[in-house]
Amino acid sequence: MPLFLDDDQTMLRDTARDFVADAAPVKHLRALRDADDPTGFSRDLWRQFAEMGFTGILVPEDQGGLGLGHVEAGVVLEEIGRNLSPSPFLATAVAAVAALKGTGAGERWFPGIVAGETVAGLAIDEGAKHRDAVALRAERSGNGFRLSGAKRFVAHGHVADLLIVSARTAGAPDDADGVTLFAVPRDAAGLTADAERLADSGIAARLTLDGVEVDADAVIGEVDAGRAVLDRLLGAGRVGTSAELLGVGGGAMDMTLSYLKQRKQFGTVIGTYQALQHRAAHLYAEMEVARAAVLKAQQLLDAGSDKADEAVSVAKAQATAAAALSVQEGVQMHGGIGMTDEYDIGFFMKRHRVLAEWFGDANYHADRLARLAGY
Amino acid sequence: MTEIETFRTETRAWLAENCPPEMREPVRSDADVCWGGRRFEPSSPAQKQWLDRMGERGWTVPDWPTEYGGGGLTPAQTKVLREEMAAIRARNPLNSFGISMLGPALLKYGTEEQKLDHLPKIARGQIRWCQGYSEPNAGSDLAALATSAVSDGDDYVVNGQKVWTSYADKADWIFCLVRTSKDSKQGGISFVLFDMDSPGVSTKPILLISGYSPFCETFFDDVRVPKANRIHDENKGWDVAKYLLGHEREMISGMGLGGGGRNPLIEGAIATVGLDHDGRLADPLLRARIAEFEVRARAFGAMSERFIDELKAGRAHPAQPSMMKYYGTELNKQRHELAMAAGGSDALEWESERSNGGAAPRAWLRTKANSIEGGTSEVQLNIVAKRILELPGA
Repeated sequence: MPLFLDDDQTMLRDTARDFVADAAPVKHLRALRDADDPTGFSRDLWRQFAEMGFTGILVPEDQGGLGLGHVEAGVVLEEIGRNLSPSPFLATAVAAVAALKGTGAGERWFPGIVAGETVAGLAIDEGAKHRDAVALRAERSGNGFRLSGAKRFVAHGHVADLLIVSARTAGAPDDADGVTLFAVPRDAAGLTADAERLADSGIAARLTLDGVEVDADAVIGEVDAGRAVLDRLLGAGRVGTSAELLGVGGGAMDMTLSYLKQRKQFGTVIGTYQALQHRAAHLYAEMEVARAAVLKAQQLLDAGSDKADEAVSVAKAQATAAAALSVQEGVQMHGGIGMTDEYDIGFFMKRHRVLAEWFGDANYHADRLARLAGY
Repeated sequence: MTEIETFRTETRAWLAENCPPEMREPVRSDADVCWGGRRFEPSSPAQKQWLDRMGERGWTVPDWPTEYGGGGLTPAQTKVLREEMAAIRARNPLNSFGISMLGPALLKYGTEEQKLDHLPKIARGQIRWCQGYSEPNAGSDLAALATSAVSDGDDYVVNGQKVWTSYADKADWIFCLVRTSKDSKQGGISFVLFDMDSPGVSTKPILLISGYSPFCETFFDDVRVPKANRIHDENKGWDVAKYLLGHEREMISGMGLGGGGRNPLIEGAIATVGLDHDGRLADPLLRARIAEFEVRARAFGAMSERFIDELKAGRAHPAQPSMMKYYGTELNKQRHELAMAAGGSDALEWESERSNGGAAPRAWLRTKANSIEGGTSEVQLNIVAKRILELPGA
C-alpha cells in the first residue's frame, strides 16, 4: 500500500475540508468562547457530523456505520484541527468507538453515537500527566461492580452521555493485568463531574466516582483483561490527536506563510528575509515528516500490524513536536499582532498545548519507544 | 492470491535461495561496499556472486526497463523487493553513482544509442562513474563553473579543474559539466561523458579530516571528448544537471535512515553506559537524547517511504528532494554525534584493531560533509523556501 491517500480517501478529505471549514471555522470557536458556552461545543454541529456520516466512521457497516479506518478518521480530524473546531469527534467517534468495537457494550451505545445523540468522555487519566497506572477501584457488588476513585482531564466529561472508565479489578496500580474498562452512563448515582475551562477554551471534567454501581453488562470486553481494550482506545486516541495536530500545525503554518508574503517592514515584504525563509523551510520539513509518520501509524493500525504500537508513539511524538514548532514560530513571526486575542494564531497555540498532553506528551512517547526497544 | 502477493512469495523464495549469508551481515566499512567497475576487486566470492545474481535479473536497478538491463518492475513490485531485501537484511548488491545519479538523467535525456551504450553496463556494475560538478570557484553557486569545452570538429577540447570529485581516482568514466558558452551563466553549460583514461585527465586525492581521501581534485588538460558523448543539447546541460541533482539529493537523504534491524547507536550506548535495574540506559540524559533522536529517525523513515511512493506515482513536488536532503543529512550528523557521545573514549581510538581502524570517529567526521556535498543545507532551505513555500525574492 503506498504511503499517500488513495482516491477515496482524497475525496473524503475534500468533502471534510469543505464541510468543516464551512460549518465550524475558527470564528465558531471564538463565538462559543465569547458566549462562555457551558457545553464547550455545539450539539447542533455534532448532529451535522452525524448527517455527514462522520460519527459512524469507525463503526462497522452492519452496525450502521461507515466501517472505515484510522486513515479516514484522521482525514476528518486534520480538518477539525485546521479549523480548531470544538467537537467530541475524537473522544466519541474515534477513541470510544475503538474501545467498544466488537463488544456487547458497543451494540448498546453505537446507535446513539452514529445518530449524533450520544457524546462520550474518556475517564482514563488519574494524574496531571498521562501514565500507564490504573488505580481507580472496581469491586464486585451483586450482579455488577462498584466503582470508587477519581479521574481527570475528561474532555466533555461534564456533558458526556457515556463515560469510558478504566478501573482496577485486580492487582496493584502499576500492574498491566487486572484492568477492566466500563461503559458508565452519565446519570449513574455517585458520579460527579466538575467542569474546568481549559486554556484553549474547551472544557474537561474532573470526575469523582463515589461507590458508583454498574451492572455486569457495563463491562467492555472481559473482566481483568481490559488492557487490550484500553490499548485500542489509546492507539486510536494517539493517532487521532496526531492527525488533529497535523491540522493545527498545518493551519498555523499556512497563516504564517501568508503573513510572511504580505507584511512589509523596512520597505519590503518580510518573507524576502533569509532569516525567516530558512526557519519557514525548516518548519515545512518537520511538518512533512510528521505527516508521513502519522499516515504510517494509521495504516499499520488499520492493518492490525504488530509494528503499529511503536509507529503510534513515533507519530504522537513527532506530530506534537512539529506542531509545537509551527505554533511557536507562528506567534513569533506574526510579531505583536500574534500576541493579540483578536488575531487567530494564539488559538492555534492554545489548542496545540491541550493536544500535546492528551494521551501522553512527546516525552512520554519517546520514553515508551525506548522501553519498547529495550533501553 | 493477488498478483503482487504471488510476486512477494516468489521474490522471498528467490532471495532465500540466492542471497549469500555473508551478504546479510551488516556493512562494517567501505571495503564491504560493492562499487563495481573495471578495476573491481571483490572483497569476497559472496560479494561477486550477489552482484552477478542480482545483475542477471536486472534487480540492481529493479525499476529500469529490461532493454537497458533493468528488472522492468512496477513501483509496487519494486517496493516489495525492497521490503523483502530489508526483511533478510540483504546488503545493497551494488552502490553506484551510475544507478543513483547518471542513470535517471540518461533515461530522461539520453538518446536511444546513449542509453543502450551506458545503462546496461551501469546495471551490471561494469563501469564505475564519478561526478564532475563542483569547482574551486563554483560550490554552492554551481552554475559559475568555468571548465571549458571548445568545439573542434566532432570533438570538444576540455580544459579546467573539478574538486570534491568523489572516488575520481577509482572511477572509469565521468559525467561532467562543462562551459560551452560564456554568453549565459546557466545557459552556457553542457553535460558530457568521457573515459577517465582519456589522455589529459589526472586526479589528486584530497586528505580529509577523517584521515580518508574519498574526494579528489580532478584536472583536465586538452582532453578530447566526442560530441556524440554530450547528453541533451549544447548549452542545455543545466537542465540535466538539476534533474540529476534531485536524484543525488534523494540518495544522500537516505543516509539519515541508518540500517534496518539492529541499531548500532542503541547497542553502542548499552555497551558503554549499561542498563539500570529497570532496564533503562544508566545515563538518563543520554537516553533522553537518543530517544528523541529515534523519534525523528523513525518518522523520517516513514517520510522516505512516502517520498519514494509519491515520486514513483509522479505526485512528489519537484523540489521535495531538497527537503529530504536537508532533513536526512542533518539527522545523520546527529546520529553520529550521539554515537560519539555514547562511545566515550572507546570512540576516540583512531587506529586500533579493536576500533576497526577508528571506524566510529572517521565515520563521524565523514558525516560532516553530508550537509555540504550535493548542495549545502542552506542552499536546500533556499530552494524549499522559493519553490515549495513560494516565498518572495528567495
